[in-house]
Amino acid sequence: MPNSNLRPPTINVTPEEYKQMTEKISPKPTLVKNTIMAFLVGGFICSIGQMIINFYVMYLGLAQASAQIAGTATLILVGALLTGLGVYDEVVKVGGAGAIVPVTGFANSMVSPALEFKREGYVFGVGGKLFTVAGPILVYGIVSSIIVGIVSVLLK
Amino acid sequence: MNSKKSGNQTVTFQNPPVILSRCNVVGPKEGDGPLKGSFDVILHDTYDGEKSWERTEAKILERAMRGALEKVNVPSDSVDYILAGDLLNQIISSNFAARQMGLPFIGLYGACSTMALSIALGSMLIDGGFASKTLCGASSHHDTAERQYRLPTEQGSQRAMYSQWTVTGAGTVLLGDSGQGPRVTAATIGRILDYGETDAGNMGAAMAPAVADTILNHFQDLNRHPDFYDLIVTGDLGSVGLQLVLDILKKSGLNINNFSDCGVMIYSTEQDTHAGGSGCGCSAVVLTGDILNRMTSGELNKVLLIGSGSLHSSLSTQQGESMPAIGHAVCIEK
Repeated sequence: MPNSNLRPPTINVTPEEYKQMTEKISPKPTLVKNTIMAFLVGGFICSIGQMIINFYVMYLGLAQASAQIAGTATLILVGALLTGLGVYDEVVKVGGAGAIVPVTGFANSMVSPALEFKREGYVFGVGGKLFTVAGPILVYGIVSSIIVGIVSVLLK
Repeated sequence: MNSKKSGNQTVTFQNPPVILSRCNVVGPKEGDGPLKGSFDVILHDTYDGEKSWERTEAKILERAMRGALEKVNVPSDSVDYILAGDLLNQIISSNFAARQMGLPFIGLYGACSTMALSIALGSMLIDGGFASKTLCGASSHHDTAERQYRLPTEQGSQRAMYSQWTVTGAGTVLLGDSGQGPRVTAATIGRILDYGETDAGNMGAAMAPAVADTILNHFQDLNRHPDFYDLIVTGDLGSVGLQLVLDILKKSGLNINNFSDCGVMIYSTEQDTHAGGSGCGCSAVVLTGDILNRMTSGELNKVLLIGSGSLHSSLSTQQGESMPAIGHAVCIEK
């Protein structure tokens, strides 16, 4: 917070006024455009996923459930590959949440720290920092699944 | 005593140090920007043959240091002190570059204000009689800064519209007690101001009050008017911070017209950096390139550079602290 005892001259603006000025001048996120792009990119990734699943069912003779798992794994592979090729961050730049929420985004959040911290070694670099981005997702995903599990047991 | 001090925060040099030489090295993105003609070396890629970006940053800083000496055939052992800094933890880029130079070294941390700070201190050393030549510099690298302050570089994310892009670049100036060239005639050391900005993406907003404070004090200390200068240029406020400084100064009774910002100058809007450039390298390469070129050509005669630094860390931001900021001004005259 500002030091109220600054020797003059200093700026003739109070922190409250400054907060308003900052809010007025800082450009707002382009919400409508971002939402539309997220819808299109997210929809595109999911359509590809569906096509892969259909392909596995129709041409490889997999059962529906197995095809869904194989399809997810394929998308993870594609997301990881595109991260390694330096493309996926550009996809997210355009697609936003549409590219972060699908499983390809999860692959990106695992592979990018792995790539990034390789130079600090395999133990403290890759090993220690692999979950820097995905860690919170896993922690709170697992915690909420435990809570849901307990609730469902109690309701039975 | 204190005859070199003017007012509260400003020093005026009795024998103003001369900018004998300067050199800069930038990354490919900067080399694509509107100032591409003003850079000495433009890297083809962000690694430049090194195995890590940290090594690249130290290497380009060393290259800029050696380049400034080679341009005027000054042997490195005639430099009394190197003053340099960068953004990385424990200023490793500067330490590693200075290791290769093998000269007395003063490491500085002023975040993105480092270039102005190093010139101010380097000039004080010379005018104080403690040195006859000082080599002042600063560096930053987009990818080293990203991985230290933000996310892994390949992690997808959407940057805020007011966020800035850390410049890959290093710039140095060689100051001397005699010779030909533009002179550093005064310097105003800034105070830390913190107006409560907590969004580490909005550094322009965090830095604007401190920069405005330094500008007000500079003009009061020297009893000058903004028209004294051909150009008043801030380090890396970006488009948001630039507008905020002008608004703050207006509210504080100072209207400035001849105003610009290195962060706004270094990239074009097509390069999609959002609010512009940032990082120690930003003001370092714009000063040692475009601005001093325009002084040499006679287009500019009097320039005030106010380096702007946001003195937060990723740790302090995560703990919810607001961002202290500082501005240091150096006056360069032909």
